[in-house]
Parts: sequence; C-alpha cells; structure tokens
Amino acid sequence: MVYWDYLATGKIIAHVKKGGDYLHFSRRCLLGLEDLTAEEIEEILTTAVPCKEIIQREVKKLPTLRGWTVATLFYEPSTRTRNSFELAAKWLGADTVNVTIATSSVQKGENFIDTAKTIEALGADFIILRHAMAGAPWLLAQTVDCRIINAGDGPHEHPTQALLDLFTLKEKHPSLAGLKVVIVGDIMHSRVAKSNIYGLLKLGATVRVTGPPSLIPPGIEKLGVQVVNDLREAVRDANVINVLRIQLERQKKGLFPSLREYARLYGVNKEVLSIAPQDVVIMHPGPTNLGVEITEEAASDPRSVITTQVTNGVAVRMALLYLMSGGGKSGELLS
Amino acid sequence: MNYCLKNGRLIDPAAGRDCSVDLLVADGKISRVGPSLAGDATAAGYEIIDASPYLVLPGLVDLHVHLREPGEEEKETIASGTRAAVRGGFTSVVAMPNTKPPADNGSVLTYVRAKAAEAKAARVYPVGNITKGGKGQELAELGDLVANGAVAFSDDGRPVMNAELARNAFKYGQLFAKPFLLHCEDENLSAGGQMHEGFTSTRLGLKGYPSLAEEVMVARDLLLAEETGARIHIQHLSSKRSVELVREAKKRGVKVTAEATPHHLILTDGDVAGYHTATKVNPPLRTKKDREALREGLLNGTIDLIATDHAPHTREEKNQEFGKAPFGMTGLETALGLILTEFYHTGLLSLAKIVDLLSLSPARLLGIPGGTLAEGSPADLVLVALDREWEVKEEEFLSKSTNSPFVGWKLKGKAVATMVGGEWVYKEI
Repeated sequence: MVYWDYLATGKIIAHVKKGGDYLHFSRRCLLGLEDLTAEEIEEILTTAVPCKEIIQREVKKLPTLRGWTVATLFYEPSTRTRNSFELAAKWLGADTVNVTIATSSVQKGENFIDTAKTIEALGADFIILRHAMAGAPWLLAQTVDCRIINAGDGPHEHPTQALLDLFTLKEKHPSLAGLKVVIVGDIMHSRVAKSNIYGLLKLGATVRVTGPPSLIPPGIEKLGVQVVNDLREAVRDANVINVLRIQLERQKKGLFPSLREYARLYGVNKEVLSIAPQDVVIMHPGPTNLGVEITEEAASDPRSVITTQVTNGVAVRMALLYLMSGGGKSGELLS
Repeated sequence: MNYCLKNGRLIDPAAGRDCSVDLLVADGKISRVGPSLAGDATAAGYEIIDASPYLVLPGLVDLHVHLREPGEEEKETIASGTRAAVRGGFTSVVAMPNTKPPADNGSVLTYVRAKAAEAKAARVYPVGNITKGGKGQELAELGDLVANGAVAFSDDGRPVMNAELARNAFKYGQLFAKPFLLHCEDENLSAGGQMHEGFTSTRLGLKGYPSLAEEVMVARDLLLAEETGARIHIQHLSSKRSVELVREAKKRGVKVTAEATPHHLILTDGDVAGYHTATKVNPPLRTKKDREALREGLLNGTIDLIATDHAPHTREEKNQEFGKAPFGMTGLETALGLILTEFYHTGLLSLAKIVDLLSLSPARLLGIPGGTLAEGSPADLVLVALDREWEVKEEEFLSKSTNSPFVGWKLKGKAVATMVGGEWVYKEI
C-alpha cells in the first residue's frame, strides 16, 4: 500500500485529499469501539504497522502533525495511557498540553464543560479525555468542536487499549477469526474488558469472560460472550488470556472476600498456565498487581506480551491521531 | 365574576357524567350543571364562554410535586411551580417536604401555605416529614404537622431505612388518619446506582440500581402496614414485581394505594442511551416488561392514580456528567398531554378513567376538595382541547426548570384554560 511510505517520510499529508481515496476513517471523535465497524478497526490497525516501524527507529520524529496541538485532559491518574498519547503526538510532530486534575482550575471548582471549552479556546485540535464517569466523552463531544479520543471513561470503554490489544494479538495471529480469548477478572468495572469484547467480536474472535460472579455485570452475555465461573475450565482451550487488574476497593464494597482468595481462585500463575494450551498468549493492560491477578512468573513468561502491549500502544495512538487529522485543518491540506 | 361554560363536554366520573351541558360558576363554586342554562345566566350577567370545542374536566390533582421552596428557589418557587401546574391543567398539587429546611415542623408548612396563597395559582397541600429532617433517625412531630395543615406524611426522596422506626411511625400515625406516602428504596441495594440495572447499564458502564432495591422495600412496607393497620401509599412504582406485590397486598386487605408516573409509564431504560441526563430519575426508568406491567396495573386497578413526581433541577445541575447530575425530571406541564397522547388517543384508556387517575382518585385519597364537577363543589376545573397538537418546547415552560426528557415531543391534547376557586388562573383561549 503505497501511502504508508508517504507516512514514513512525512509527506503523506500533502498527498491525501479530504475524503480522498486513501483515508476512510473520518470520525471526529473516537468514543468507543461499540460503534466502529470492523473495517474501521482494521484500518486503524493497518495504519499502526508503519507507525510501529517508525518508533523503532533511532530518530522517531515526523513532521506529519506539525502545527497541531494535542491536549490530554486526565481526571484520573494514569502513567502509560497519558504518556503513550503524548509520545504518539510528539513523534508525529504535534505540540502537546497536559491538563491533569491535580494542577488545573478544576480544583477551583471549574466544571468539566468549562474546562473543556477553555482547552479548546486555548487552541487544542485534539482532546484526549480520561474521566472517572461513564459517558463523559459524549458530553465533551456535544460541548466542543475539536477532535476527541476517549482514553477511558469510568467502567464504560477504553477504545485505544482494546485497539492496542488487538494490534498485539494480530502480531501473533494475523487473523483473529475463531481465536478463543479469555478475559479474567473484574468484568463489571472494567472498561478494558468491554472495549476488548466489542473489538474482538467484530474481528471474529470468540470471547469468554471469567471472574467472581459478583463482578460479572448483568446481561453481559447479550453482548455475545460466554460467561464461565471457573478460570481453570475457561483457559483449557484458550488462545489468549487477557488478565485484568483487580482493585482493592472492590473488596471493601463486599464484592469479593480478599485479595488472597482472589489470587487463589482467579490469579493467573504457573499452574493455570499448565492447563492452557502451550502457545497461549498472556496479556495484561497494566499496571499489574503481581502476586494477585497474575504472578511475576506468569507475567514474565516468554508467552507474555505485556511489555509489547505498551510499545504497541504508542503505535496505535499515532495511527489514530494520523487518521483523525486526515482532512487537515479547516479542510486545507498541510504541506 | 360569575361564568357560564356553555355546552362543553363534561367528564365527571364521580357523578358518572359524560355529556355536553352548561356549567355555571358563581361565588367560586360550581352552582349548576345542566342543559340550556346559558339563557338564564346571560340574564343574570354571567360571562358566557363557548366551551363547545373543549372537554370540561375537574381540575387535575397531583399527589407528588417538588416545589423546592424554601431553600432551592433557583430550581423552582411555589409561585413558578404552581403556575406550571395550572398550565398543565392541575388545580391542586401536593408539595413534598424535602425542602431546605425540610417540612418536618409546623412553621415550614405555614410558610409554604402562605406562599401558595400569595401565588394565587394552584392550591398547594403540603406534606410533612415522617422523621426529623427526613433523615430517618427520629420521628417528626406528626401532631404539629397535622395541626399546621399536613395532608400526609412522607420522607419522599428517601425511605425510612430503619424498619423499627418505620413500624413505630405507622403505629403512632394511627392518631391522625393521614396516609403515609412512601418512597420505596433499599439504599444499600441502590447505593451509587445511576440507572436501572440490566443490559443497558452494563453497555453504558453506569452503576445499576436494581428493581430489587424498590421491591424489597415495597414488600417490607406492605408487611409493616398489614401488621399496624396503617394506610400507606406507594409512590412512583417502577417495577413489575412491585406491581404484583401491591396487587397481592390489596387482595389480603392491606390499606395500600399506589401511583405511577407518566415517565415510568412511557419511557424505558433504553432511553438513557446517549447519557441523556434528562432521563436520570429515581426510581430509574426500567425495562419494557416493567412498563407493560405498570400499564396493566393502571387497567386492572392495582395502580390507583398517576402523579408526576415533578422534580425541577437547574440547567447547570443537569448539564454535566451523568454520574454527577441529580435525579429527577419536571412533569406538571407535560403529564396531561402525554397521558392523552399515549393512552387516550391510542385507545388504551377512556377519558373517564384518565380523569379518575389524574383527579378524582388522588383527591379522594387525601380527602381534599376537587376531583368532581358536582354542584356545590369548588370551581376547580380545566378546559381541554382534546385534539390540539402541540410540541413540548423548552422556552414555553412556566416552571423555572426545563429538565424534561419530553422536550421536542409532539403531543395531542392540551389544557387551554384552568380555573381555581372560580378564577381563571391560566388561559390561552
């Protein structure tokens, strides 16, 4: 595909017409994977391939998004997602602004809508939003005209995490059709689980979720996934085990008795891996609670792709920023 | 001024009447009802109003309204809330006590009644708290509340979580012959809940508020009422199982009545998709199955009346993250249009039944005047253009708040003139 060479040399933008032949992903907002088509997902993942090649170079910087401003607005602490977006933007040549709740005027009582309008007024072309409340990106989309990427909204969706998971899986299995993926843990509060479910099903994989029954949300099977209570039964024929982070605060709310018992029933360890097929892929969105949902031994197993996921996160986010800026500012092409 | 409403179609289920006749209003009362009264009335100097294009109904009575005054006048005042009421055809509203300060003592009730008298729109019947501050810890002075005009007791917005305290309230309440209006919610089961717990809450990533949170409390309150003999009224039923519990209790002879709101009768949890905060309400909008059970309950008499749970909130409060927005929606100005559109024009309910649900039944439940057009009763009535098509528009609300999920809806049937005590308090004809 000829146009990826252009991307790699930084000249692509000059060659792409708005609504032209090459770029089809033309959404202003990436709010979730629920409303993306399989074709759109594939296009993002394909675009991420040359992006990964770029970030493996010694000199990574491209001029592609020169003159663009990407603002990250994070209402929750985050290390990898925020830095991943920032690096993706910088390596594409954009300027970045980071707004975090601890230092912003949100502390002075400014509400979400005002904060968002202010960031747009400061000149942001993209707002990357992380928020503790489901639906906050939808409110943002109604409030501002700039491009928006959901970097996680409460227990709802985390589309870029799922995209990087899909990308990582495709490096192992070029076609996801028929692949058996087990997602383990707190499905109820996990935005990673939900975005993964949407993405995996759209690309033809089968998905099984397992976790304490008190952490399985009602009606989840209506999404098209299988619910299995027993982790060991769930992994028996799995191609992939995606392990979710468990949060201690759920224990305080009486949803499970203790981290100790959680580790015993749902912790992924050597013994669980011995039940799974030899070539099973081990994933975790991070950060890991080693010794709880996954042992150090399992996390560092040769079959684990946990650190690759982090690298791929930057590639996928570069691809998204690139695709979403495809039309150029005010429809004009940049040179 | 005395009036003759000439040749309107009177619907008065209390008298079993549905016919086109004349109605005379003199000295604030309905003085005569019958055919061909206009001639005499003209001679006596009555103002003649051609009511032939309209229905003439007893003024509507809303058993469940939040007027927000005192304390939250930015959302609604007694003046704005009662103007909204009469625009919607309501001539009497029952004011819930969760104001700031709450109506847990006689002086707040006296204030509310004085403000209502000043407003000169709908009649306001205040409710007093069951517990001090509505906090569910100690009994309020129910005797003081009754002495100052409370028509019922309620901690609306919250349940009395402590079963022992609720039981004592029901026993002590036997002194006063006033009903308890109950908001049934187990606050442990509903804690943090944003919408109905089900597939849609899973999809949207919003914490679920299960039907069970209501049903557990309905069941408990029915048992407590059965034991103590208290007269209870279950507010805003939302789930199928709750309807069944009330039906079974009625069969056993428990002194229970129940209400449903227009929004629970019309919308479902699916309407929350898109995170529309206007649909955030307590109890939450539930499934189609629940909605069908509520409709069934209206038809078979399990549900006695329709009340709006008019709950105004400011734009600032509603225009934020779904999880932060407060629960509640306005209802006074849309209820009649919605019920006529969704239930009369679809053939589900007769006009007589609708008048019963929105006027006669709530008036009887509280023993307040109204609910009928019988000679001698106060001239509280509403003229309705049954086939008038109109759109719910934000800028036309007389309520201070516009948090209605029905904005933009096209409705058929509208109150066009409302009279309270023989005075026109709303008129668009």
